[in-house]
Amino acid sequence: MSDLGPSSGFIDSLVSDLKPIRPGAMRRQVLTALGICVFVSLAVVLWLWGVRPDIAAALPTMAFWTKEAFVIVLALAGIGAMFRLAQPDGVARAPATLAFGAAAIMALLAVMQLASNPPNLWRHLVMGRTAEVCPWLIMLLALPILAGALLVMRRMAPTRLTTAGAAAGLTAGGLSALVYSMSCDESTMPFIFVWYGLAILAMTLLGAGLGRRVMRW
Amino acid sequence: MRIAEERLRSLMIQSLTGDEQAYRTLLKEVSALLRDYYRRRLAEGAAVDDLTQETLIALHRRRMTYEPDRPFTAWLHAIARYKLIDYLRSRRRHQALCLDETPEALLAVDQTAAQNDHGDLERLLASIPDEQRALIRAVKIEGRSIAEVSAASGLSPSAVKVKIHRAIKALGRRFAREEEQ
Repeated sequence: MSDLGPSSGFIDSLVSDLKPIRPGAMRRQVLTALGICVFVSLAVVLWLWGVRPDIAAALPTMAFWTKEAFVIVLALAGIGAMFRLAQPDGVARAPATLAFGAAAIMALLAVMQLASNPPNLWRHLVMGRTAEVCPWLIMLLALPILAGALLVMRRMAPTRLTTAGAAAGLTAGGLSALVYSMSCDESTMPFIFVWYGLAILAMTLLGAGLGRRVMRW
Repeated sequence: MRIAEERLRSLMIQSLTGDEQAYRTLLKEVSALLRDYYRRRLAEGAAVDDLTQETLIALHRRRMTYEPDRPFTAWLHAIARYKLIDYLRSRRRHQALCLDETPEALLAVDQTAAQNDHGDLERLLASIPDEQRALIRAVKIEGRSIAEVSAASGLSPSAVKVKIHRAIKALGRRFAREEEQ
């Protein structure tokens, strides 16, 4: 067959398997997979810990929405990067810039809050009451989301597997932090930056490390 | 190149709506491009066929990742390149390949064929004894005369002719064997 190329039988078999693809099918599949996994994590959080008891008091505060905005922007950056890196020729420069920007702004807010408080309060501002559990729980809750994200990416056509894995990890970390924030009542900027940030960074690195192993096609 | 891109892209967009005619045409044209692409980069004919087929399967299974507002050639080239690198990695055969290329490489006219031929020749030449190789190079590649080479090497003109004749026969046999493989 060396001079003929793929047999016409082979091409016939591909043609006969042709089904229409709706526009945006790739994005829909990614979002569906993420949605299912987030639902699982959310159910676990609500079942184990419920919504934070002071939610009514927290809703109108700037601190609450800053925290939510931080993790939502990181999750959106991750999802945007997944959309791009699911395509073989995709690069994710804009989403990466967005994620670094969000982290930089959060770092700035954290430093500003520390600077406006006396040093004897710094420890409390950074550690809160739950620093020992917060990052671990975010990472734990992120694991099912990471699994879903990597598996759905594997069905797409990522060619930069490490970067695509990092995108999946960032998405999982961001979404998990969003879910966890429903029941976490920590609201100082240094706490959010350090512990939420660390957990999301760890998931990003884990995703990057797993990328090549899991997504090769 | 521009025309090829436009043509393939519109075939792909029609294929995504389920147009079998367009899809068949697309697969035929793409498989010809892929075979050229891989042939320019790999010596083994079997690998060229395998990779072409694998890339067509990837195009088929992962076609939902093609978004119509993006260039089709870049999309296809990225898949072809991924499959090529994956193959080279798995074979642990990192030849000195030029992989930092643009998507247009897929549509490029086969300029590397001559270079490849040259590479094949060098490889074949390397397989024969040094003396025969030096004579072949002097007479058949550099175009020097038998008398000249005879004077330079100290061999008689007829000895030079006989050695070159033997070397060419040996090269012919090797070439035939490689083609079969």
